[in-house]
Amino acid sequence: MKPLEIQRTTTASRVGAALAALLMAALVALPWVGDAGMMRMAVEFTALLVLAQMWNLLAGYAGLISIGQQAYVGLGGYALIVLADDLGVNPFVAVPLAGLVAAAFALPTATVVFRFRGGYFAVGTWAVAEVYRLLAANTDALGRGTGRTLKAVFPLARETRELGTYALALGVGLAALAAVYVYLRSRQGLGLMAVRDSEPASESLGVDVFRTKLLVYVMVAFGTGTTGALIYLNLLRISPDAAFSINWTAYTIFIVVIGGLGTLEGPIVGTVVFFLLRETLADHGAWYMILLGALAVVAMLRFPQGLWGLVAERWDIRFFPVQRRVRITK
Amino acid sequence: MAWLDTVVQGVLLGGLYALFATGLSLIFGVMRLVNLAHGDFSILAAFLAVVAVGASGLNPLLSLVVVAPLMAVLGYGLQWLVLDRLLGRGVLPAVLVTFGFSVIIQNGLLETFSADSRRLNPGGIETASLPLGGGLAVGWFPLLTFVVAVALLGGLQLLIGRTAIGRAFRATSDDGGTAALMGIDTRRVHGLAMALSLAIVAVAGIFLGIRTTFTFSSGPDRLLFAFEAVIIGGLGSLWGTLVGGVILGVAQTVGAKLSPGWGVLAGHLVFLAVLLLRPAGLFAPSRRVDT
Repeated sequence: MKPLEIQRTTTASRVGAALAALLMAALVALPWVGDAGMMRMAVEFTALLVLAQMWNLLAGYAGLISIGQQAYVGLGGYALIVLADDLGVNPFVAVPLAGLVAAAFALPTATVVFRFRGGYFAVGTWAVAEVYRLLAANTDALGRGTGRTLKAVFPLARETRELGTYALALGVGLAALAAVYVYLRSRQGLGLMAVRDSEPASESLGVDVFRTKLLVYVMVAFGTGTTGALIYLNLLRISPDAAFSINWTAYTIFIVVIGGLGTLEGPIVGTVVFFLLRETLADHGAWYMILLGALAVVAMLRFPQGLWGLVAERWDIRFFPVQRRVRITK
Repeated sequence: MAWLDTVVQGVLLGGLYALFATGLSLIFGVMRLVNLAHGDFSILAAFLAVVAVGASGLNPLLSLVVVAPLMAVLGYGLQWLVLDRLLGRGVLPAVLVTFGFSVIIQNGLLETFSADSRRLNPGGIETASLPLGGGLAVGWFPLLTFVVAVALLGGLQLLIGRTAIGRAFRATSDDGGTAALMGIDTRRVHGLAMALSLAIVAVAGIFLGIRTTFTFSSGPDRLLFAFEAVIIGGLGSLWGTLVGGVILGVAQTVGAKLSPGWGVLAGHLVFLAVLLLRPAGLFAPSRRVDT
């Protein structure tokens, strides 16, 4: 028998780590070299990137095609305002706590939506997100249809708030990326990818399919809810129609599909493309969405592996390798 | 009496929801495709009717003669050119592509027709009502909608049960591969199913546009109501879909009567309740339905 070796890192992943460290340094320096506008945009970028990573984990790895992730953006946003304004929690501390609230809602939600499979799971999650929107719009304490304003940050100086939000966004973004990477490389992550490839086969090898999916669904709700809170810490004003808008999920889906489903690099590439297009087409609101939709349709037909998939296939680059490769050493 | 009136209105509204649901259910039955743009196609049909009425002065009900075939051709084309290439690659591509359609249609309508709300005017029938005595009255138009829904469902049942194309639908639904071996052109069958689905949803869209105002973004709600009617009735049951639509319609009108903001929400909650108590729906056929 030839000696074998399981390879889990690549040259690209070492280069990638160095690049990531450089990028991190630049991001940490941003408050000193950039202006408030750049920082706000960086927060927005991070928020969309995390939403995309979360949706990618659901759809690209767990095979759960949710069209209802806006439920958790909205729940996180509202939880932030209730925690910070009504319960007196520090607004920055309230952001991850809001993620926990979203995760707590995800458990009972899962008992409903997990009854659907495939395409009907997509519509079912959408319907449940509408239920949350209508509940928020009919609750007096949440300001009904007009929503509420985050007042807890008013006493803070504007610079303090902006710097705090930026630092928090950086932390959330980095933590989300690291968590997804570590999770996918773990034993649990291997089980998840097995489930994605074949449910019956992974079940027969001892993977608990239901628990694996449920765990991912709740973790993703936590990440999405935290991001929702971050978004509304940045925006300060929340309303049910905006917070539970399908657009959150639409942007996310376009980012992941264009960038590359089922890879960690794909959502990063997708978010960059999304922002570049948005900055160029800022004056053509509807056309911008039509273009994104058309791009996603073309991507699904012509390059289902996304932009990053094309690159990775051509040059065999993986900055975040989650697979195990068997190499014959001799 | 006021409550009885509310329930009657809800039952008739259910006819409209059954119209929306039938097309959704049909293509799911034939090729396991969930069309997330289903509601948006109905609104597209309603806007096409606005154009047809504006150009020719046709009655909106008559504009169906133009709009329904147009939507059928669009359905056949989309199935042939795009959706059929995605079947067999798992659920995800088709779901995401139809979601892309949904966003494209909505924003296309916004760009073409602005965000103004529209309504189709059939010239009087929408306000006329039929007194039933005891202060109870039903509108002629909701009644017509219900009758059309029942007639369409009956027609569809005959089509599926008694004709060659219906047999091809059922064979493709049971096992596309074997159907193809028996000489059925499954690609054509898929195209025809989608054409029929969009023609029916065109009828639904135009009836909706006469009944109430609509905007470019009215589609997703229609998809959700259609989906809920299908699930309440039970997947694969044609008449169950009608009952599902009726239950949803009654829940919405009763909810709206309790509190104006609760109409749609009450419908969603009844749907969730049915889902938790009877996951297979009320009238699911005993045949196993793979999703």
